[in-house]
Amino acid sequence: MLLVLEQALNGLQYGVMLFLMAAGLTLVFGIMNLVNLAHGSLYMVGAYLATALARWTGSFVLGGLLALPATLLVGVVVEVVALRTLYERDHLDQVLATFGLILFFNELVAIVWGRAAIYTSLPPSLSGSFVLLPGLRYPTYRALVIGVGVAAAVFLYVLVTSTRLGMLIRAGASNRTMVAALGVNIRWLYTLVFGLGAALAGLAGLMAGPIYAVQPGMGEQILIQVFVVIIIGGIGSIRGAVAGALVVGMVDTLGRAFLRPTLSTIVSPAAADKAGPALASMLIYLMMAAVLFFRPQGLFPTRGR
Amino acid sequence: MAISRRAIVLAAGAVLLALVPPVAGLLNQPFYVDLFRRMMIFAIAALSLDLILGYGGMVSFGHAAYLGIGAYAVGILAFYGVDNGFLQWSVAVAASAVAALVIGAISIRTSGVYFIMITLAFTQMLYYLGISLETYGGDNGMPLRTRSQFAGLVDLRNPSAFYYLVLALLVLFLVLGRRLVDARFGRVIRAARSNEPRARAIGFSPFRYKLAAFVLAGGACGLAGALLANQTEYLTPDFMHWTRSGEIMFMVILGGMGTLFGPVLGAVVLLGLEDVLSALTEHWQIILGPFLVVVVLFAKRGLFGLVEGEVPRDG
Amino acid sequence: MAEPLVAVRGLSKSFGGLRATDRVDLDVEDGETHAIIGPNGAGKTTLIGQLAGDLRPDAGTTRFAGQDVTSLDAPARSRLGLARSFQITSIFPDFSALDNVALAVQAHSGSSFRFWRPARAERELREPALAVLDGVGLGARADVLAATLAHGEQRQLEIAMALATRPRLLLLDEPVAGMGLEETQRMVRLLSTLKRRLTIVLVEHDMDAVFTLADRISVMVYGRIIATGSPEGVRSNAEVRRAYLGEGTPP
Repeated sequence: MLLVLEQALNGLQYGVMLFLMAAGLTLVFGIMNLVNLAHGSLYMVGAYLATALARWTGSFVLGGLLALPATLLVGVVVEVVALRTLYERDHLDQVLATFGLILFFNELVAIVWGRAAIYTSLPPSLSGSFVLLPGLRYPTYRALVIGVGVAAAVFLYVLVTSTRLGMLIRAGASNRTMVAALGVNIRWLYTLVFGLGAALAGLAGLMAGPIYAVQPGMGEQILIQVFVVIIIGGIGSIRGAVAGALVVGMVDTLGRAFLRPTLSTIVSPAAADKAGPALASMLIYLMMAAVLFFRPQGLFPTRGR
Repeated sequence: MAISRRAIVLAAGAVLLALVPPVAGLLNQPFYVDLFRRMMIFAIAALSLDLILGYGGMVSFGHAAYLGIGAYAVGILAFYGVDNGFLQWSVAVAASAVAALVIGAISIRTSGVYFIMITLAFTQMLYYLGISLETYGGDNGMPLRTRSQFAGLVDLRNPSAFYYLVLALLVLFLVLGRRLVDARFGRVIRAARSNEPRARAIGFSPFRYKLAAFVLAGGACGLAGALLANQTEYLTPDFMHWTRSGEIMFMVILGGMGTLFGPVLGAVVLLGLEDVLSALTEHWQIILGPFLVVVVLFAKRGLFGLVEGEVPRDG
Repeated sequence: MAEPLVAVRGLSKSFGGLRATDRVDLDVEDGETHAIIGPNGAGKTTLIGQLAGDLRPDAGTTRFAGQDVTSLDAPARSRLGLARSFQITSIFPDFSALDNVALAVQAHSGSSFRFWRPARAERELREPALAVLDGVGLGARADVLAATLAHGEQRQLEIAMALATRPRLLLLDEPVAGMGLEETQRMVRLLSTLKRRLTIVLVEHDMDAVFTLADRISVMVYGRIIATGSPEGVRSNAEVRRAYLGEGTPP
């Protein structure tokens, strides 16, 4: 039972990271109508910058704090230089051009830091674990990730529901011309939203460093899972992103942990050893297919789209 | 006269491709037979994608799935000692077509960006499936036991024979493609791409035609996969990697989508460029990436658009 | 009395909180030209969309030619003989004018799962298409790319595509919108020649066109049909004048 709880927490932790990615991607799509495959590259850039800055400053926390604005800056530069011209293009152009950006970023990172995975070491204060329940110790760092992620989600919620910027974001998602009519410089609103999305992706990336391997191409692995999150949740919807991220995080984590042992009680252990991992890695995609079958617009469809 | 110009370009292209093996033999550079065969295999894959992308307007970011299924069909059958090429390649086509039927049935009901993400996600699923198939090498893949056997008709171990078989298949697909897009079926999918509400209003239900096109394209790409397995004599989940889908899609755009010769040209140019760039630097993708962006932004009609001039596409 | 060609009962459709059509009842007799007029936002285009099968109603039923078609989608209704034009010109811009019409013929003649024979070479597609194009006065423009036709010609082409499906009922959503005087007159003449041969439901703001063409007029306001009658009757109906015609100068 405790094992299930621990894995559920891991699922929550993964879901939180998926949410940070999905929120930015879905906002950018909802407002600018842009499919940005290079969103995963910002995640990767965040992870690398945090690692490099942590080494440079000698402080993990300081590295993270510096990496966040740095990733935001990278995002803004990418938006101004390349993506801005894509808003009025069709999705095919957007997909291909941002695919080109992915190749560029992956290679750039490989040139600067090499192709081999690099690992971040945690400061002693974060590398331990603490007693969550009697008999259950949980890694401090993963708990921190959950906390930061939830805080970011709350921040985003407050930002979107109760600030002027949030009002513009909501209005921009449903009616572009109206926002323009309000006298807002739509171009800078877009840049701002994109930067926000980049910062969220960077946050996910920099937190991922100590848990997963930091290597070229790491962004796309999570990106495609984030697509699954968005398809399940419904595109353009923050609520959908929350729900989708939690569902995908849980199902993926629990599936990997328990599918094989569960299967081995049904079929022979040898067969379970073979089918278990295969099925576990396909689980979220099968779930996506099931959701699409019953609700083609996802769980939380946005109006008019 | 666009038609005759197009015919000249096509004939010239076929002759040039046919001349590759003897010229490579003269120059003592057998590597080029290999390279151009690879180009033509990807040309078949790109051609099949163009049927749904350029003519059908379905932005599938998962076409590598069928390449992988076709390759694995050949590899797995060979693994169990089934070397008969007729059987292997039929299974490759059939398995890819069935996968396309399932993926298409789910994804074509959605549209726009959903379609892109769903096709991408399903392909990723198959990629992970390939990785988890430990019996067949998992992550690392496995060598092809032996190239497909055709009862002595064609010997694929002979590089030139294999080359001309691929060339013949490519020409066959070009001819079939030409007939198909001009026939009633092709006109329906092109009409649905052009204006779907209008197509519905005059009485077409586009779904079944689009799904049929999706299945045909999947099957054709499955054959390209079977060829690729024989080409590399190795199969790995990388055949299904999502960047492969992006590459095939780029071939279509680079050459000119909604044309038949375009994807062929795109495959030749892209793989040729990769070959040249990778000889220059290990980090050739840092050049290829921005190149892709520039092509998308400034040369949307592709290379074949330059060949055809400003004649409107209506073929 | 014979059943009307179209019988709509209680048809409703809401978008969010807005009731675009609100329990609409409408009978369209076989052979008549029935105009639907009303101010902008009255729900006329929504009604056309519901009749054509593009919009699923929230409630209500639609019968066409004696058959309940409520659950049929647009392609199915087209095959039963219901054709439409769109408020915003809707053609296949990258096909020639002839091919636009030939596609409409194709949709109603045999299977389209044919993969080998060039459709251009099929006389059973080409000849009816040419005849219809001639009929709407576009015969000389058959090989012109549809995107390059003038606006008025594109609207004519839409009519030709509708006619090529051999419909019993023609739904026209503002066929003269955005046209100059001369183009409008040409379109009205064209539609006059179709009157009686076909049943027509016409949504239109141009009152000259409406009173020239219509046998009966229904007035739609706020998603409801408030009056139906002869052109004279509608013209003199006080409620209608107040709700709609009174805003401008009565013709």
